[in-house]
Amino acid sequence: MAGGFVYNAVDQTSISTAEIYGKTLADIIINDPKVVAITPDLAKSTKLGDVLKVCPERVFNVGIAEQDMFGVGAGMARAGLIPFMSGFSAFTSMRACDQLHTDICYQNVNAKIIATHAGTSFGQAGSTHHAITDLAITRAMPNLTVIVPADGYETANAVKAAYNTEGPFYIRINRGFDRVLYSDTDYGFEVGKAVELHEGTDITVIACGSCAFQALQAANFLENADGLKVRVLNMHTIKPIDKEAIIKAVMDTRRIITVEDHSVIGGLGSAVAEVMAQAGKGCAFKMLGHQDKFAPIGLHEDIMSEVGIDTNGIVAAVREVMNMDFEEDDNWDDEF
Amino acid sequence: MPLSKKEWLALEKKAFELRKLTIQTTVWAGSGHLGGGMSVLDLLTVLYHKYLNIKVDDPKWEDRDRFILSKGHAAIAYAPVLCDKGFNDVESLKTFNLSGSKMGMHLDSNKVIGVDASTGSLGHGASIAAGTALAARVLGKDYLTYIVTGDGELGEGSNWEGFMTINHYNLSNCIVFIDRNHCMIDGPTEEVMKLEPLADKMKAFGFNTICVDGNNIGELCEAIDAAIERSKEPCAPTCILMDTKKGAGVKTMEGDYLWHYGAIDDALFEKFNKELEEDYKARCARAEKEGK
Repeated sequence: MAGGFVYNAVDQTSISTAEIYGKTLADIIINDPKVVAITPDLAKSTKLGDVLKVCPERVFNVGIAEQDMFGVGAGMARAGLIPFMSGFSAFTSMRACDQLHTDICYQNVNAKIIATHAGTSFGQAGSTHHAITDLAITRAMPNLTVIVPADGYETANAVKAAYNTEGPFYIRINRGFDRVLYSDTDYGFEVGKAVELHEGTDITVIACGSCAFQALQAANFLENADGLKVRVLNMHTIKPIDKEAIIKAVMDTRRIITVEDHSVIGGLGSAVAEVMAQAGKGCAFKMLGHQDKFAPIGLHEDIMSEVGIDTNGIVAAVREVMNMDFEEDDNWDDEF
Repeated sequence: MPLSKKEWLALEKKAFELRKLTIQTTVWAGSGHLGGGMSVLDLLTVLYHKYLNIKVDDPKWEDRDRFILSKGHAAIAYAPVLCDKGFNDVESLKTFNLSGSKMGMHLDSNKVIGVDASTGSLGHGASIAAGTALAARVLGKDYLTYIVTGDGELGEGSNWEGFMTINHYNLSNCIVFIDRNHCMIDGPTEEVMKLEPLADKMKAFGFNTICVDGNNIGELCEAIDAAIERSKEPCAPTCILMDTKKGAGVKTMEGDYLWHYGAIDDALFEKFNKELEEDYKARCARAEKEGK
């Protein structure tokens, strides 16, 4: 059980999310001789510096070869080690998709994937380095737990949870700094359980990753500007999704907007829609994200603005959905 | 330990029995990847009956040697080897390929006892083997990892990523075999996609490369002994490039790429077994002549 490294507000603003991953893993690796790190020439980019300082002999660089990384990790896991494999999310999900499917998920090995540079957080690198389909891909893989932390504190929690839970994990974190959502790691993080960031009864915004902070900003703004009570759920775990929180949101607010730095096809929005549809409950619904288009090149915040997944985009979407004509009676039976 | 004549003859007998069981399994299954199963069967026989340090009653023993069948479609031969060895019931071969069976045409390591990696999608074994071999170093264990790829399979670029890692980390505790049976689904390898000069390629990738007749148990064992000797210290890994025949042991099939996958009717079953008997006699004569 890891636990030595404690973060504070200064860490959150002075070290990037991936560096917090590196520090968390360093804390884990020095306490467990079965933990190893593997990276495809991305030790620097995925911030393994602290791990290299404390345990260089258990960091393995496989060169620019994501497929090899997953095969090597699967073999190590089969032999009893716990590999943490960090690479760019575009390539861990797509270049090595078959290895992720067969070596990691089909074999159901105890291997952890830290997929960095998620969504459009490496915006200036262009679409080759944007990961806007990885949640659709990973969510469809049996046995795989998929987590999208919203900030550094949540990344630390997710990494520790992955270490303490048998089975494959895919943890998707951004390049660079995330806006700080939490004040510490003690907010009750639990895999598969959404965190309510803001209470509300008029509409629910369900967000993940960098969009969670934007959703909270939007809720605060709308409360002051429009008097709206916007519930905000940080759906950090995409699989297994928190069905209970989604259905409760449908019942309580009957209006839902999902927000993600990912394609609207196959990601968080699709996961929420699947739960709603199978529950048989009608709901006004809008999915914010990449609308079946490759993203433009630019800074992450500029792309988020352009795509409409920043605070302004969420505010506009909430106002639009609040104006939708939606049946408000209490009789659900006629909506099956 | 060098192969004695007596041991060679015993291995030939086991290989003969396993070939018969493989043909029988193909009949039970309705069809199968018979050609590539037979080409690699001599290797499977010598590994499971001479070299692998494994415990049938403790299949997950953490110090066991690992074997990874990267050419997973050869399961039609691998499953009989595992069942005959005692990991699984031989009766279960009657369900091979059938609905509800734990044995599909590619074996699932979480369902079939004794299988170290789920393969079938080609080009995965080398990296997995690199991982188990690296893990031995991390854990301070001296088990060996054996991995066999097909030759057509080498078209998958991921093999070469795995080979680079095996070489880079001096994983001499990982012994790579290539089943060079010269055939792919659509034809001879050199017509579909050139592999030659394959030995030079492996050498260029840093492997101590030994070329043998992969359907000659004597040659195979000699090469494996040499590879094991090198495995004691981290150094350039060994690749045993096995020149084999698709369908080895059954003259009708030998070298015919069309036998990548097929079914056997009663007449063929009888013919194949007869040819197998003749081949076995010739193999025994060779062992008698060349064995020591």
